[in-house]
Amino acid sequence: MLTFQFLIAWQNAAGNSLKVGVLALQGDFREHLASLEACGADASLVRTYEEISGVEALVIPGGESTTIYKLAKNFDLLELIREKIKGGMPTYGSCAGMILVADKILDPASGQETFGGIEMTVRRNAFGRQVDSFEVDLDIKGIEAPTVSAVFIRAPWVDSLSPRVEVLASVEIDGELHPVAVRQGSVLATSFHPEITSDNRIHKFFLEEIAKAI
Amino acid sequence: MTQDNTKTTGTGRVKRGMAEMLKGGVIMDVVNVEQAKIAEDAGAVAVMALERVPADIRAQGGVARMSDPDMIEKIQAAVSIPVMAKVRIGHFVEAQILESLGVDYIDESEVLTPADFENHISKWDFTVPFVCGATNLGEALRRINEGAAMIRSKGEAGTGDVSNATTHMRKISQEIRRLTSMREDELYVAAKELQAPYELVKEVAQTGKLPVVLFTAGGIATPADAAMMMQLGADGVFVGSGIFKSGNPAARAAACVKAVTYYTDAKVLADVSRGLGEAMVGINVADIPVPHRLAERGW
Repeated sequence: MLTFQFLIAWQNAAGNSLKVGVLALQGDFREHLASLEACGADASLVRTYEEISGVEALVIPGGESTTIYKLAKNFDLLELIREKIKGGMPTYGSCAGMILVADKILDPASGQETFGGIEMTVRRNAFGRQVDSFEVDLDIKGIEAPTVSAVFIRAPWVDSLSPRVEVLASVEIDGELHPVAVRQGSVLATSFHPEITSDNRIHKFFLEEIAKAI
Repeated sequence: MTQDNTKTTGTGRVKRGMAEMLKGGVIMDVVNVEQAKIAEDAGAVAVMALERVPADIRAQGGVARMSDPDMIEKIQAAVSIPVMAKVRIGHFVEAQILESLGVDYIDESEVLTPADFENHISKWDFTVPFVCGATNLGEALRRINEGAAMIRSKGEAGTGDVSNATTHMRKISQEIRRLTSMREDELYVAAKELQAPYELVKEVAQTGKLPVVLFTAGGIATPADAAMMMQLGADGVFVGSGIFKSGNPAARAAACVKAVTYYTDAKVLADVSRGLGEAMVGINVADIPVPHRLAERGW
């Protein structure tokens, strides 16, 4: 149950609680909703133009990035979300969500576009196929010890990025470091899925450090 | 900001988590590269690569087996979304072969001819995750106990008749609801009746849901069919023969994708149901003699 302290913790300066939407076109949006609610956020699933227009922060879940893109395009949500992110809406994307907040995809499916928000190029399925999906303990800048148990599922990594993008965590593959958690301004992205673990520290970081900053 | 080289593959979270990412999506049966591309363009979350769709297996008869690795690899090369493939029930060597091809999910499927009439595959032995069919909660929990990381309710594949999918989806939900209303000391008998492990029965009673993602499959031919399955509690939908046995596969595939996202919005459902051309002709399940029903396979 939510305590009074929890409820006031997420009030913004105007005294209203910040409305956080989880983009519910496809993917594990219910898990993100549960993580946000466990942090005490005023969160809801959003899938229509009106619902998305009404939120002040957005979480883009894990799922299939090509499917989420196609649904967003077909239902005229692409420009709306693009503009809101451009306008400074705090946004967090995990896995498919990371692909969708990248300005560029290295290996898009035919015609695949993104919402954008972080000046970076991502590589889809960068670690390989499902048999290569893995868990690893990660140190993440801004998250206090202990390490985060990070679950990577057909995950992307950041292939190249602008100096304006802050790298919060990387994974080493064959001696090379690949960024897997990044932040630029009000937009946060992770290659991995904190929402399918019981560890809510990434969501808390997003709500506290990023969303509250507006 | 360091990295640690203790990466672990094939964990329960990685296998079950993969299915979580497919939720709210449509997985489509495809038999060649062209169909796989149509499916990807339509917004499928994954494709199931197989040589014959269930409608043709039913029509042509004979033993249905794992697909040719060449055919699976061509589809893997053609699309960027996950590629699944089917093995016969109990055929663990077909599963070893598919794992070596890097297939993203294996369907141990009653649509193919069973290879073992007693044992299913011990799925814990594999790094690749498995999805299995179930007609009721006990069957679902037995498959999960063997290591299945995803369940799909069985329908009657290759018919275009959704009635069996409805029955099985309702049955599984009913049995879950029944468990949640029981006293803890009644769960022992419930486990005995379901012929399922007590620990899993207890977990379902506590959480009110399966410990893994539940899709539905078999006989889904229209966007309305897909949306009804979602309203009945499915996490997502497999569409087999329903798309590529219809008049306009690309339009029907895209319509099913939209229907699964906006499954409670009747206006959207009406819109996407327009002008799709002919649905697959279909067979009434009642006209198929019981011994030829695919959903009866598996136990």
